[in-house]
Amino acid sequence: MDLFEYQARDLFEAHGVPVLAGIVAHTPEEAKAAAEKIGGVVVVKAQVKVGGRGKAGGVKVAKTPDEAHRYASDILGMDIKGHTVHTVMIAQGADIAEEYYFSVLLDRSNRNYLAMCSVEGGMDIEQLAVERPEALARVAVDPGVGIDQAKAQEIVETAGFAPELHEGVTATLLKLWDVFVKEDATLVEVNPLVKTGSGDILALDGKVTIDENAGFRHADHAALEDKESADPLEAKAKANDLNYVKLDGEVGIIGNGAGLVMSTLDVVAYAGESHGNVRPANFLDIGGGASAEVMAAGLDVILNDSQVKSVFVNVFGGITACDEVANGIVKALEILGDEANKPLVVRLDGNKVEEGRAILRGANHPLITLSDTMDEGADKAAELAYGK
Amino acid sequence: MSIYLNKDSKVIVQGITGGEGTKHTALMLAAGTQVVGGVNARKAGTTVTHGDTTLPVYGTVKEAVAETGADVSIVFVPPAFTKDAVVEAIEAGLGLVVVITEGVPVQDTAEFWALAQSKVDADGKQVTRIIGPNCPGIITPGESLVGITPANITGKGGVGLVSKSGTLTYQMMFELRDLGFSTAIGIGGDPIVGTTHIDALAAFEADPETKAIVMIGEIGGDAEERAAEYIKAHVTKPVVGYVAGFTAPEGKTMGHAGAIVSGSAGTAQAKKEALEAAGVKVGKSPSETARLLREVYATL
Repeated sequence: MDLFEYQARDLFEAHGVPVLAGIVAHTPEEAKAAAEKIGGVVVVKAQVKVGGRGKAGGVKVAKTPDEAHRYASDILGMDIKGHTVHTVMIAQGADIAEEYYFSVLLDRSNRNYLAMCSVEGGMDIEQLAVERPEALARVAVDPGVGIDQAKAQEIVETAGFAPELHEGVTATLLKLWDVFVKEDATLVEVNPLVKTGSGDILALDGKVTIDENAGFRHADHAALEDKESADPLEAKAKANDLNYVKLDGEVGIIGNGAGLVMSTLDVVAYAGESHGNVRPANFLDIGGGASAEVMAAGLDVILNDSQVKSVFVNVFGGITACDEVANGIVKALEILGDEANKPLVVRLDGNKVEEGRAILRGANHPLITLSDTMDEGADKAAELAYGK
Repeated sequence: MSIYLNKDSKVIVQGITGGEGTKHTALMLAAGTQVVGGVNARKAGTTVTHGDTTLPVYGTVKEAVAETGADVSIVFVPPAFTKDAVVEAIEAGLGLVVVITEGVPVQDTAEFWALAQSKVDADGKQVTRIIGPNCPGIITPGESLVGITPANITGKGGVGLVSKSGTLTYQMMFELRDLGFSTAIGIGGDPIVGTTHIDALAAFEADPETKAIVMIGEIGGDAEERAAEYIKAHVTKPVVGYVAGFTAPEGKTMGHAGAIVSGSAGTAQAKKEALEAAGVKVGKSPSETARLLREVYATL
């Protein structure tokens, strides 16, 4: 889960990373009050989880609380690359002498962590990495050791910081490492990390991604979730513990296992090319169990998607037996009653497939069409979606 | 022959008394796996019984290894305890540790992987191979199952399979059930996994029983691109590929923690192109992939 800048700032502060005052505001009045509280020059910053907000006009320097009010009313509600601004952060103005860059992240390819650091911060770091790779220090971090004093020293030396800055920057890097490891982050990025006119080191803007798998040891992380921007169907699915992603399409998909469901989306999209370019409407993995209750909850979410015209249920019975899945589908349709009103194409294979198909044939439900293969089922579901 | 696992492998189950551990211990025994015991610190000294087989439960992996001579472990413990369980298995010097658990924090995986890498034998070879986490495990049909793959889909044969996904592994074994498999490995869909496509490709290349290889990938990371480079340089056996997730949008995690397209990286299209550039035939669907494999198999 990516965090907003203000959430990253709060985590930084909690772990002792030097930051400036920052107050969240949802209205221009709150923005004005925040500017009054902080005092002096402030920066009104749009809170969106996408880069390039400065260029889009989402960051403004306000010299007075009234200016903060005016800029906040401009920025709130603004659309930045498809993200609506619901929140601004009123940040204390900084006296910036120099700008640097630092990040530590999960390095999937090398199966460890990577620290990146540059004395040329502030700009687009991806551009720097391409244009002047020598200006961006890359230092591997052993997950068994982490960033200790020696590693922090190695990072600042490799990045080419002036000797008088080593102490201040390494101290900040150690605190940022605390954020990474203690919050179970997969990314902690500071751009810019700055030196002020008086020589202090500050993290001015932060980006943090936290690992949702570690939620069991961070009760407070649930509160960081952005419920305001969540798709209502995704929110409903999440409340039912369903692994659902809303997409833009007409064929609802239910399957078991992430890989098979992803594959089902692709096969439906290919089939759609022959049927008016209908597309898969969602990703939904009901996992191994596929009980009637889970099937009903899944169907309920999908049938509430007004774009959906047909549904393709694609299950390979591994440990799960197809007769259980078939019973689940029949019972789910009973539970949903009149709410189930779109055609269902069902493909079952694997463990106890004959029993499963017999149950569905016996149920003789007007909405259910049985298919023998994944390709055939995808084609039928696409055809039904286009025809409607 | 096979890779990593055969009929002589002696297996202990970490989490043998839990729900999943109980269910799958029974299925592994039925598949012919030599399960020799289990571990649960709170139930040390007790036993579990499945049919005619009664298995001892030990307090520690070390003790289980000393008593049974086990060389393989399978981990079914919940995410919060997985790191400790895997660390224990590594410290006990097991040769293969299969981590089924889904939802392990990636920093935990990074830590136990770093530990596994640090334990090497006199020749500098890593002592413990890890498969997973968040994987269906490994099956050498007709010999041994250490995982949750249904053992009755197919039997022994000349196809080697490596996949990030469980159900796609089952689907592909089903599609090619008349040919049979030497070994099928599900390496898992997490951002960090212990055994990679490349590891499995190297092992299949060296295994005389494996005649052709199916490699199944999905969106996220660059493991498939790296595998493509490896195939070009080192694999002489025919490889057929499949990549899932062409329709996945950027920034949305598709079920597996690692299955996410970030920016231009990790797309299915880029992976398909990299594999094709390495001479790998890539199917558009599981059925087409099976057909491509059949075609090359017929010429061998």
